[in-house]
Amino acid sequence: MKRYFYIIATLLITCWGCDDDEFLAREPKNILSEEQVFTDEGLVLSIVADLYARYPDYQAIGGDVNQYADLNEAFASRDYGRHQNSEFGYGDWGWWDYGYIRELNLFLEKIETADQISVEAREKFKAEVRWLRAAVYFDAVKRVGGVPLILEQLNYDFSGDPTYLQTPRAKEHEIYDFVIQEMDAIRPNLPNDAGIKDRATQGLALALKARAALYAGSIAKYGAIRTPSVTLPGGEVGIPADMANAYYTTALEAAQEIIAGNAGGYALYMKNPNDLSANFSNLFRDKNSNAEAIFVNDFKLKSGKVENWTLENQPRSLSEEGTTYGRLNPSLNLVQSFELIEGNTFAPFQTRDASGKYVEYKNQSDIFAGRDARLYATVILPGSVYRPGGDTVDIWAGLYRPNTGAIVSAPEPGQINNELQVQAVGLDGPINGFDGTAQTGFYVRKYIDPNIGAGQIGTQSDVWYIRYRYGEVLLNAAEAAFELGNPELAAEYINQIRRRAGFTTDLTSDQITFDRIVHERRVELAFEGHELWDLKRWRLAHIKFNGQSMDVNMLTQNLGNAEKTRTQVFGLWPYKIYNPGAANHGQWVFDIVKPNRVTGTDWFRLGNYYSEINNDIRNRNPLIVRNPNQ
Amino acid sequence: MLSFVFTSCEYDNYDEPSAMLQGNIVYQGEAINLADNQVSFELWEPGWQLKTAINVPVAQDGSYSASLFNANYKLVFRQNQAPFRMMLNSATNSDTIMVNVSGTTTLDVEVEPYYMVRNPTITLSNDIVNASASLEQIITGEAARNVERVSLYINKTQFVDERGNYNLARTDIAGGDITDMSNITLSLNVPDLVRTQSYIYARIGVKLEGIEQMLYSPVQKLDL
Repeated sequence: MKRYFYIIATLLITCWGCDDDEFLAREPKNILSEEQVFTDEGLVLSIVADLYARYPDYQAIGGDVNQYADLNEAFASRDYGRHQNSEFGYGDWGWWDYGYIRELNLFLEKIETADQISVEAREKFKAEVRWLRAAVYFDAVKRVGGVPLILEQLNYDFSGDPTYLQTPRAKEHEIYDFVIQEMDAIRPNLPNDAGIKDRATQGLALALKARAALYAGSIAKYGAIRTPSVTLPGGEVGIPADMANAYYTTALEAAQEIIAGNAGGYALYMKNPNDLSANFSNLFRDKNSNAEAIFVNDFKLKSGKVENWTLENQPRSLSEEGTTYGRLNPSLNLVQSFELIEGNTFAPFQTRDASGKYVEYKNQSDIFAGRDARLYATVILPGSVYRPGGDTVDIWAGLYRPNTGAIVSAPEPGQINNELQVQAVGLDGPINGFDGTAQTGFYVRKYIDPNIGAGQIGTQSDVWYIRYRYGEVLLNAAEAAFELGNPELAAEYINQIRRRAGFTTDLTSDQITFDRIVHERRVELAFEGHELWDLKRWRLAHIKFNGQSMDVNMLTQNLGNAEKTRTQVFGLWPYKIYNPGAANHGQWVFDIVKPNRVTGTDWFRLGNYYSEINNDIRNRNPLIVRNPNQ
Repeated sequence: MLSFVFTSCEYDNYDEPSAMLQGNIVYQGEAINLADNQVSFELWEPGWQLKTAINVPVAQDGSYSASLFNANYKLVFRQNQAPFRMMLNSATNSDTIMVNVSGTTTLDVEVEPYYMVRNPTITLSNDIVNASASLEQIITGEAARNVERVSLYINKTQFVDERGNYNLARTDIAGGDITDMSNITLSLNVPDLVRTQSYIYARIGVKLEGIEQMLYSPVQKLDL
């Protein structure tokens, strides 16, 4: 009897459960449907936040640290392979993220019909996402040249024939034109507020427009001069030379609107005029009404979105946990190119006098004295402090004994020499092949967070990464003005940047040359992800990275020359004089060295100017033509 | 059970390619000397749904070889990647060559270089390498290319070319400074060899304007 009861009860429960249609057709509790999301402004904002978070960066804080060593501005102190390779791969720096483009397009279509959200909010969201879409196309055209310009969602009809979805590549200049036009179109719907740093504003639209137009102008001009073979007959790669002036004009006008204050109160960061190098390093981490930042990737402690730049790059001797440090060592090639304040001149570091003897320096930092204030804010030099007012880094490669001319060193940082019973090498190296020591003699300072905790794996840093800033706008304006034959205006803009770097004598308009502009961008924007794109658009990369090996003479000559070879990384190693009882005991000498892990000679081939579009992509869409010289 | 394992293995296994395609890149029967593995051509096998090229690099003496399956292939050089151009092929009416590979197939690919290095002589006297050669311009008219420079390279190993770690020393003469194409001379001191050896290798290279890959003379061994 009891058994029958159970059977009937089970049947009843099952049938009753099945009976109700709603049981299987319930709304999910953990997922919001598209219709639900587009009814609420806050929910739409969360989609937009996700779209912002996927903004493509190259060489960015929070990304792959080793990428900063691509162009020999730094030595990757753990990733030696990149200094032993010569050729850049054709596929390097490639792009084909149409998944992202599709989501941007889908958003723009959905927001059109979201009538429960106010019109103003909708227009603003639309403008922001259109800004993002243009920024992504700008990124794409920098990397691979003209790409298919897809501005709506593409859906397959399952007919067996997808050819109607295949779009050929647009011309390179068409993508630039699209980006520039979009900026004009969306600008009225963006906020005119320089206080907004992490979302699109009018200032950002103008800044992107200026940058894109400048890139297009220089590709048109220098492509014709230096790399006439980097073109495709269909115009997918290469911009006609006669378009250069129009682009430069667009760039100058857009930059001038920002400079004139039409897009909010942007200005050079100048909170600490009495210490210009501290001022320059604060520019990158001061989040409190920073007038220079235009668009940033922001981070927040304890939120899950933190960055590891300080963790990866802190000096070994002062690292907080002693496990991760010193990943990137700026190269002497970069460090020596910071000018002397005196007379605005270039000068290599004096390591030996005319007779070939070592020049002895009383203090370790004396050799670096009198240079561009940006040097001390970009690089941690031997003999300088890590945190303001804190301890000095311990960078020296060994002991120099003047009597015998011998160098005494040790294979482990900070090791004591048995014979002399003194420390024989710095706690930060440099020691060839010892990961995380300053193998070039330098550590990087730009964007380093001096707060305690920034160097701990469990805490890390919330210093933001600036993608667009006013300093670059000024340099863009200067370059465009120079190319348009107005060196007076170029000098006016470039001198603002240089005064902030401590230069007391302005450059005259006669002194503004192409080399000057190349140099100024390099030192002002070092480690900010500009170098690759700049060298590509000026068509200098294949000249600078020509696959030839370098010696010390090649390194120290022609400083400030835009075409100077940079195929290998060099370092500057300090040695402490060990000469007890003599006056020079404890003083310093320096040697220019090529770290012994540097064996490759970088070779940027003509086919590297535009990244390879691989066979996989071209199989799916046979209309895609291949990039030249690959 | 065991047989099931073996059959499924067999299903996945393909025979390795057994055919060979080999030969030289030649101009009028003379091999063209290049930088090692820097110039390559592509073999495309038509008839498959997905197209992926087989890349075949050319050795520094102008020879190549590839292990392939028996099939018909299309052979093409990539645009602007070599210091020579393809001849018009009458069978395809383009610069593509149809190759029928079956067993060991030998094919000398006839191309047209912009220049040929003629009569290269490289001699050694008192630790100075002296080289002389003449340049014969092959392609004239609209497609002609100017000489950007002529260089002499020395290396410790038999692989010698312009790449930084393929030469110990080099000397250049710019194209504009060459007065007589039929008598180009270059000389270079033998650098200090870190590990001494009793021989070095040298060759002459010709860089053309607008083309990255250079033409070379054959590598020559010199006894110190």
